[in-house]
Amino acid sequence: MRVLPVGEEALLVEVASDDEAQALHAELLRRRAEGSLSVREIVPAARTVLLDGLADPARLSSELTAAEVPPAPPHGREVVEIPVRYDGPDLADVAAHWGVPEREVPRIHAGTEFRVAFCGFAPGFGYLTGLPPRYDVPRRATPRTAVPAGAVALAGSYTGVYPRSSPGGWQLIGTTDTVLWDHARVPAALLAPGTRVRFVPIGAAA
Amino acid sequence: MTDRALAVVRAGALTTVQDLGRPGHAHLGVPRSGALDGPAAALVNRLVGNPPGAAVLETTFNGCAVRPRSTVTVAVGGAPCPVTLDGRPVAWGAPVHVPAGALLDVGAALCGVRSYVAVSGGVAVEPVLGSRSTDLLSGLGPAPLTDGTVFPLGPRGDTHARVDVAPQPAPPAELVLRVTPGPRDDWFTPEALRAFTSRAYRVSPASNRIGLRTEGPALERARPGELPSEGMVLGAVQVPPDGRPVVFLADHPTTGGYPVIAVVSAADLPAAAQAVPGTPVRFLAVRRR
Repeated sequence: MRVLPVGEEALLVEVASDDEAQALHAELLRRRAEGSLSVREIVPAARTVLLDGLADPARLSSELTAAEVPPAPPHGREVVEIPVRYDGPDLADVAAHWGVPEREVPRIHAGTEFRVAFCGFAPGFGYLTGLPPRYDVPRRATPRTAVPAGAVALAGSYTGVYPRSSPGGWQLIGTTDTVLWDHARVPAALLAPGTRVRFVPIGAAA
Repeated sequence: MTDRALAVVRAGALTTVQDLGRPGHAHLGVPRSGALDGPAAALVNRLVGNPPGAAVLETTFNGCAVRPRSTVTVAVGGAPCPVTLDGRPVAWGAPVHVPAGALLDVGAALCGVRSYVAVSGGVAVEPVLGSRSTDLLSGLGPAPLTDGTVFPLGPRGDTHARVDVAPQPAPPAELVLRVTPGPRDDWFTPEALRAFTSRAYRVSPASNRIGLRTEGPALERARPGELPSEGMVLGAVQVPPDGRPVVFLADHPTTGGYPVIAVVSAADLPAAAQAVPGTPVRFLAVRRR
């Protein structure tokens, strides 16, 4: 674990793996909940957790460097199920990258339990991990100018669902009617870091 | 017409509703947003007797014009500009009594970029995650003003401004941004690190609420490849592949994959919000407190 100062009131804690980032994130949330950590933002990402709005970052930095982080506790929370029509325009390309017949893509994808590693890009957009590394896919060479809301997509080792229409370079494999972000709802985001997710095939692939 | 509302007569190039923003949701991908020149927004609120969190209007370059439907007190601050009431000049940087139905015109900035318009009671659009700020990156909050938009106003507070006029800093002729190095300064060559804090940059016209873009010497990376996405802070100086530093302002993305060479001191960001394109920029390395 490496702790890097960021400006005057933030720290970036860098770890070696996604699992370690998850464990560190869980531990920092636990400390905040019990009142031993006062911080404005805890932002997990691929290999880091950012702590922003700290009163004494230097002191916390030396504390964290010496700290043992317990493995992430198993989640008691339920799994969020997202119904998907596997009808994306990049299904054939993804099948080719994976080296499987096209009909296998929904089976493999829906057979995987995902976890929201972190959010970003847009409110409610989660970077979901769970697929083994052999299913990594590149981004599209030319990004689309408009990806529709509800598009279920892959890039690198991640799966994501576009909360609203936006430009994007991910490979589109399906569509969902589930609302990922609704600021009038509590909570506004369906997916937060740590949330477990399963995709449930509907339509032809079901 | 005595309802508490504000009609937009001339929206201007880009006028948005801003308050203190919505910090605390970065882990969901929600930018902090909020007034870019926070001290200016706080001052105009104080001049009309509003609490610090009341929503104000933030203009860009050429002001805006509004017509309140009830009698209100208004104050304009931030970028200095001519202010008129039904065509007659009134004070900038001071409370102005605006009768119901009168036209308040906030003119083009004489210097600086963003003027702030506080109206007694504050702009009372429905908050989103606790804030009324327009977020231009993710589209949260009210859309930028358009001609004919009518905004509700909040109830007038009991507090009266204790000041009639207040000094405000002039927009910078040269923007000096104090920076602390890192977290990814090790991604750059020693020459790039030296150039960053010794060479002259200029504010790029491509700057916006998301970032202050700069023109100047490209900063060369010491290593190839991509950084896995990581959390970003306000004031982060991100260096995209073109090598020109971008200073993250209020609507910045919450995560990013380009290396952050340094972070600008929060105290210097209000001046960054007022630096017109072409303004010389100097990054001044300081030791962490």
